[in-house]
Amino acid sequence: MTGTSDGTAPGPADVAKAPGPLRFVLCGSADDGKSTMIGRMLFDSGQVPGDQISRVRGDSRRWGTQGDELDLALLMDGLQDERQQGITIDVAYRSFETPRRRFIAADAPGHEQYTRNMATGASTARVAIVLVDARRGILPQTARHTRIVTMFGVRRLVLAVNKMDLAGWDRAAFEDIRREYRALTDQLGVRPAAAFPVSGLTGENLTRRCADTPWYEGPTLLEHLETLDAEAPPDDSPFRFPVQYVNRPHSGFRGYCGRVAAGSVAPGLRVRAVPGGGEASVESIVVWQGAAERAERGDSVTLTLADEIDVVRGDVIADAGNPPDVSDQFRATLLWMDERPLTVGRRYRLRLHARDVSATVTDIRHRVEVRTGDRLAARTLRLNEIGVVNLATARPVAYAPFDESRELGAFILVDRDTNATVAAGVIRFALMRAANLKWHQFDVGREARAHLKRQRARCVWFTGLSASGKSTLANLLERRLYVDGRHTYLLDGDNVRHGLNVDLGFTEADRTENIRRVSEVARLMVDAGLIVIASFISPFRSERDFARSLFEPGEFLEVFVDASVEACARRDPKGLYAKAMRGEIRNFTGVSSPYERPDNPDIRLDTEALSPEDCVEQILRRMESRVPCRKPPARPRAPGTATGHLVGQLGQ
Amino acid sequence: MTRVDRIRPRPPGADPVLAELESEAIEIIREALAAAARPVMLYSIGKDSSVLLHLARKAFWPAPPPLPLLHVDTTWKFREMIAFRDRTAAQAGVRLLVHTNREGADRGVTPFTRSAARYTEVMKTVALRQALDAGRYDMILIGARRDEEKSRAKERVFSLRNARHQWDPRAQRPEPWNLYNTRLGPGESLRVSPMSGWTEADVWRYVLAESIPVVSLYLARERPVVMRDGRWIMVDDERMPLGPGESPEPRRVRFRTLGCYPLTAALESDAETLEDVIAETVAADGSERQGRLIDHDEEASMERKKRDGYF
Ligand SMILES: Nc1nc2c(ncn2[C@@H]2O[C@H](COP(=O)(O)OP(=O)(O)O)[C@@H](O)[C@H]2O)c(=O)[nH]1
Repeated sequence: MTGTSDGTAPGPADVAKAPGPLRFVLCGSADDGKSTMIGRMLFDSGQVPGDQISRVRGDSRRWGTQGDELDLALLMDGLQDERQQGITIDVAYRSFETPRRRFIAADAPGHEQYTRNMATGASTARVAIVLVDARRGILPQTARHTRIVTMFGVRRLVLAVNKMDLAGWDRAAFEDIRREYRALTDQLGVRPAAAFPVSGLTGENLTRRCADTPWYEGPTLLEHLETLDAEAPPDDSPFRFPVQYVNRPHSGFRGYCGRVAAGSVAPGLRVRAVPGGGEASVESIVVWQGAAERAERGDSVTLTLADEIDVVRGDVIADAGNPPDVSDQFRATLLWMDERPLTVGRRYRLRLHARDVSATVTDIRHRVEVRTGDRLAARTLRLNEIGVVNLATARPVAYAPFDESRELGAFILVDRDTNATVAAGVIRFALMRAANLKWHQFDVGREARAHLKRQRARCVWFTGLSASGKSTLANLLERRLYVDGRHTYLLDGDNVRHGLNVDLGFTEADRTENIRRVSEVARLMVDAGLIVIASFISPFRSERDFARSLFEPGEFLEVFVDASVEACARRDPKGLYAKAMRGEIRNFTGVSSPYERPDNPDIRLDTEALSPEDCVEQILRRMESRVPCRKPPARPRAPGTATGHLVGQLGQ
Repeated sequence: MTRVDRIRPRPPGADPVLAELESEAIEIIREALAAAARPVMLYSIGKDSSVLLHLARKAFWPAPPPLPLLHVDTTWKFREMIAFRDRTAAQAGVRLLVHTNREGADRGVTPFTRSAARYTEVMKTVALRQALDAGRYDMILIGARRDEEKSRAKERVFSLRNARHQWDPRAQRPEPWNLYNTRLGPGESLRVSPMSGWTEADVWRYVLAESIPVVSLYLARERPVVMRDGRWIMVDDERMPLGPGESPEPRRVRFRTLGCYPLTAALESDAETLEDVIAETVAADGSERQGRLIDHDEEASMERKKRDGYF
């Protein structure tokens, strides 16, 4: 396929089996042409009844922007207020179908004050079409919308460079926007978007090919949607079934009603009710006037169990061999949707799958400036603000991180006085699994100490040449963590050389002992629940491996601050390289002593290409993600003499 | 329980679109019933009501749906509808409640003595409010679809009404994911639309796939009609006053929506089977509500009515 669009190439034109409906959300700034685009798709798929067209024709003359032409946007903007103001203030859903697929489109408003509506539209969408006006290019709003939709679960982005008719179908304009957007998706760490040069007004490259874009050989945007993820792979994850309703018409029948949230079920499956705890076998899958042999994700069914166990609404019936986690403490991202701001410590009602439970935001870690992604200190969240918070529920609940499961990881908060839906949230991870919360046999251990500080204790170990940027990054990282309210400590040459290691010099043996002591201190501090940032050249693989071996899996992050010897020598802030080259410093790493590059660091930062802020962003993202760190090696003996070679030799 | 046969939990033909719409609707119905203290289903005898009742039966099988049906009877429904209503309720094993605004009827409010808007206001809107107030229902299931008209495209699945049954489009609760907020204050209620995302064509395809009985007025048949204001009106009983020289003539007609016979326009059609109806619907050139005379009254009529406590 030679199309100019990124992303997945669509399959062959003749789709054998009709795929399920595709839900998408359309986002863009005001006047980018969202409503016009959906109107065009509806119109061209022949789904606009004649009488509605004539009504819109009348409306077009009164309120439209297209002179005597049909203003297709008026098909979408439903409410009177909106028509008068000419803006879309709510989410509108429209179903339409082509011969190949059914679509459910959400038209979400773009203005900042309607962030919640956009999040709502995105929450059930599989795909987001991001509109960019070809003449205006990527706007700060574009980044904001992209952040919001990905935060609320959209995994597929489609870039529609719109109003190309007004931009003379200029290839360069299209390519520039596409490239710029690609940089944005890379920065956000999401899958690149397929890109389309379109006119929503005329339908070119949207619903039909455009004669003016010989340079564009890809499918139309609608064709792309028709084939996108058309065949979902079978869901082989473990069975999850949130119980919505217990059906007990008489004493002889007890059925658990719900919709399969993940995996599949067949009679005989061993299941457990979580968090209730009892185990039983599935006796039958009751459906209308009969029984089914199997039910899959998305099916609404009723289960009966062969053994009597206690199951109530809000429990999750799950594969007994692989039940979901249970917790009452979470890290979550919240979008505040109410006029009354969030009050930390106040009790709200939390609704997660079918579970209702009282919940409190115990701490706001930071607010996210959605336009830029910056993290800001915050004491509350106001309407349309997004923040990362700690959340405590009154009772433990079955959950999954949102990244793994929308069904078990998304929740809303409801105000107990006004009954308003005040927030939408996604669980990122549990701060502590309830299984570990056995107070009666409670030892104050590392996890407990870290729990009190509401953080995961870690050691972030910076290694790299002198002047590679370790101290700058270590300081910046600590500042960022501090703003987030985390408890940290920075270990570097300055604060150990003058005390703990005052007896050590710079021979190879002394340098090794230096690292050994620092590693042990870091370990004690992690035990104490701190996030320890260690910044040492640590040139030898063996000593870094030794440091790693002191920690639990996932606790130690090796950050390779990469810069060539040449670059470091050019920076040379303290004039050390110059001295070393003149032979005035012996055993200078990179000049007269080897630096062994990490083969497989947890993070490699190219400081010649990235800004310090970007580097720290990478580290923070990694610290929050659940990507496993490299496993610690089998504990080696105390670090011995290195046998490395010089990585770079100056003056050669 | 009775085991009739072993089938997959999908409609025949396993149309993935219908399967998902069905599963989602059942999920919504169960949510509503799990939270309801006094639930009721508004039953209008039309195809949407028939599908909604069918979905409720599926949701709670083998038990009958644990809520009564409420029919607001203006006394001007097609005769066939009333017979169908009584039969269907009995078969589903649900209680049927019928309410008529007696006071309005006694005042002589009929489609022929008042404007369509006034008649509808008294015999439908007020009547409905009376019935809902009397029953103090908190969860009211309706067969509304977003594709019916524009303001409904933005209405929530669980749509909040105040104690006077009014809808405030500015104060709608956001509904992210499928997480519905069913909390209510005193006197408030929720209108629940499990079929929000369905289209008219979906309804017909589902009726066909599931063999759901519907009133035969939906199928083309020769019926006695008169032409009024450019629309065919069926003369369903002798209460219909005929103008001088006006006499019913037999025409092959069917109805896209069913309501009060004097206010429901028939369309000329040869669609005698459900398959024909689906073919006609997919190719349709007019929207469904076109057949309802009350909607033509004014711009944004529906939105205004909803604010007033109609649907
Ligand atoms: N020439 C041209 N005009 C467009 C296009 N798409 C939208 N418009 C016009 O841009 C204006 C805003 O469109 P609208 O759909 O209301 O934008 P929304 O605010 O994003 O929903 C209207 O005047 C549209 O007619 C397009 O592809 N080409």
